[in-house]
Amino acid sequence: MTDIVERARSQVLERGVGLGYDDLVEVLRLPDERIPELLEVAHAVRLKHCGPEVEVEGIVSLKTGGCPEDCHFCSQSGQFTSPVRAVWLDIPQLVKAAEETAATGATEFCIVAAVRGPDERLMAQMRDGVRAIREAVDINVAASLGMLSQEQVDDLKEMGVHRYNHNLEAARSYFGSVVTTHTWEERWETCEMVRASGMELCCGGLVGMGETLEQRAELAAQLAELGPHEVPLNFLNPRPGTPFGELPLMSAADALRAIAAFRLAMPSTILRYAGGRELTLGDLGTRDGLLGGINAVIVGNYLTTLGRDADEDLALLAELKMPIKELAKTL
Amino acid sequence: MTSREFCGLCGKEAAEAGHPDCIVLLALEPPRYCTRCGRRLKVQVTPRGWSADCIEHGPLHG
Ligand code: SF4
Ligand SMILES: [Zn+2]
Ligand SMILES: [Zn+2]
Repeated sequence: MTDIVERARSQVLERGVGLGYDDLVEVLRLPDERIPELLEVAHAVRLKHCGPEVEVEGIVSLKTGGCPEDCHFCSQSGQFTSPVRAVWLDIPQLVKAAEETAATGATEFCIVAAVRGPDERLMAQMRDGVRAIREAVDINVAASLGMLSQEQVDDLKEMGVHRYNHNLEAARSYFGSVVTTHTWEERWETCEMVRASGMELCCGGLVGMGETLEQRAELAAQLAELGPHEVPLNFLNPRPGTPFGELPLMSAADALRAIAAFRLAMPSTILRYAGGRELTLGDLGTRDGLLGGINAVIVGNYLTTLGRDADEDLALLAELKMPIKELAKTL
Repeated sequence: MTSREFCGLCGKEAAEAGHPDCIVLLALEPPRYCTRCGRRLKVQVTPRGWSADCIEHGPLHG
């Protein structure tokens, strides 16, 4: 049996074939002293199969809080005693958020709503919002509005939404410990519909929710099977009042192994730093991840929490000589 | 503002300086409670800022 890092080199780097479940478990079990060589291979894979560019995105919450679902990591569920109150963003504020995002050089602006799936009111707000943004700002508009019907998929596509986010959140075998109000299979179905529509599919999940290493590998393998255009990787930021509010933060070493594993599972996908990196990885770890498989970032704030200053991230990308992907190349 | 009576992060009563642990966390969180009355705020986070509103004491920005 060859060494797992060597196997990653010959299979993923040379041939562009992602690692399967068993190999991913091995990657996640590598000892700390082997993390540098693991990240080096993952970075080489990213450079060879994606290029040096980094895709920059901003996100904003169109409808915050009061969600009927019970995702145990989420401060926006109406089922927990989280301090987050329900609030809606109006269209002028939405356009302003898109302008602020574009000003950072970002090419992606994702509109997010805390819902099980969109209702008439939300779809109407999206229609007006997307139109207003497209008239005022040069940026790709993405959306994340929960589970969709086929009709809603078609409507969003027609509005000009170019990418849709719907995460698997967790491995199939762990999902029941994370969400009880809908199933993993329902999530998968929405993802399939989005992909079939021709919109780009953005689908990722969270790590550090108490899953085993095997389940972490399982999530990466299941995402690879789905084959999304983009995978946002979140590190649990335990939110007060939620069922996962008392879980310990994932260690930076585990987070870096997870980044490398996701990259080695999906050599050519856009692998994005999403929530939780500030706490889990800090400044040093953030840099290590960008040199270990990550090729996309969310700049600025998240939906209910604050991120690093966008300027700090942009300065880091410049220092690492990673150009920001331009709009022309993404359209 | 002169006197802080409630912690903006956890909403519990706080002396003038606030809760030291909560102040650290407020680097990565907008406030969730009004420091004057302890009510939950309506908070909107945007890519480069946040705004919050107390039903009694009006808007705050950051
Ligand atoms: S569906 Fe989305 S907003 Fe609602 S609880 Fe789950 S993660 Fe939070
Ligand atoms: Zn406090
Ligand atoms: Zn008040």
